[in-house]
Amino acid sequence: MINYAVEVNRLTKSFGTVTAVQDVSFKLESNKIYGFLGRNGAGKTTIMQMLTSQSFASSGEVKIFGEDPYENYNVLRQICFIKESQKYPDSFRIKDVLKVSEGIFPDWDEEYALKLIEDFQLPLNRTMKKLSRGMLSAAGIVVGLASRAPLTIFDEPYLGLDAVARGLFYDLLIEDYAMHPRTIILSTHLIDEVSKLLEHIILIDKGRLLLNEDADALRGRAYTVVGSTSSVQSFITGKEVIHLEPFVSMLSATIMGALKSEDRSLAAEMGLEISPVSLQQLVVHMTKSNLDEKVGNGR
Amino acid sequence: MGFEIDDSRPIFVQIAEKIEDDIMEKRLPEEAQVPSTNQFAAFYHINPATAAKGVNLLVDQGILYKKRGIGMFVAEGARGVLMEKRKTEFYEQYVITMIREAEKLGITTDQLTDMIRSGGKR
Repeated sequence: MINYAVEVNRLTKSFGTVTAVQDVSFKLESNKIYGFLGRNGAGKTTIMQMLTSQSFASSGEVKIFGEDPYENYNVLRQICFIKESQKYPDSFRIKDVLKVSEGIFPDWDEEYALKLIEDFQLPLNRTMKKLSRGMLSAAGIVVGLASRAPLTIFDEPYLGLDAVARGLFYDLLIEDYAMHPRTIILSTHLIDEVSKLLEHIILIDKGRLLLNEDADALRGRAYTVVGSTSSVQSFITGKEVIHLEPFVSMLSATIMGALKSEDRSLAAEMGLEISPVSLQQLVVHMTKSNLDEKVGNGR
Repeated sequence: MGFEIDDSRPIFVQIAEKIEDDIMEKRLPEEAQVPSTNQFAAFYHINPATAAKGVNLLVDQGILYKKRGIGMFVAEGARGVLMEKRKTEFYEQYVITMIREAEKLGITTDQLTDMIRSGGKR
């Protein structure tokens, strides 16, 4: 039997007349790294708030480790949720944050936390008020990693972090996850940076679940053909086109589906150029709303 | 084969190919121990589960085998098996393509054979 860390069933959240999350269902297996992707305002944070019982569902059900998380201390202490712009009281020093975290998380590793503080060069005695944006983010990352929480959620934890510090975060995450497997949800817009770390992708668009798939299964799922407009148009007939871009007398079309060898030879005969589509490009194409309708009509 | 993992093809397939290359180039001789999935994960910055999937692909093909509690090793005869596999791929990917292109250009089989002979001498 598969152990699920998270089970979400027909989850819906409305704010007045606005439906932020609509009928979303998915299950997250224990000890995998999940990428939670989607555009700003897609509903990702709202879903994560419902997972962690910081917000209530209008309808639907959430189960964390098989239990309802609402006012459930046993479940909640197994969750570590690191938010974008994590807030601690202004007068707290980093040292105090570690102290409090140690009290909350049963699997907290103090020695590891201090090692991370050194890795990110954080001043232990400085108060939150005097930390830079990047330092605040790094402090959140330290807590998220050292909590070793069975369900660890990072919601865009990198605000203000430079490329070096982000790279450090990814390396530490993989290294520690390998030693201490746990369920990790990484919500991010920097897909190219993290895609290799992700085992599974959940893509949310306009409050709905758009994709729920193995990351490796999505690689090579789409490809782009470029060439003269008429050749490309004849090549894409009968294919699922997710993006079209004309340029002078040329046309670039992104096609959903694996590239078959007969298509490859056909493209070569027609003088079309074929290029692969990365995970990030795929997600961008799939969530670029204004094109959906146009392309849909052309099918 | 590049050092970098590219994001447009399944990563587990690329890991399997890298190990195959190492065996072909004798960087990993038969009966040598293959790096652990965690070592692959750390080196290529990839998910350990994905690395494990790549390694298991080769276990299924009998290229690698598992020594319980120790790790993965290159099987005896693995290089020979890979050599045969690559020869088939060579025929399908290069030879067939070359013959098709030659037909398009009106090059006869004899002319093509001559070209290969003289090309090989260079």
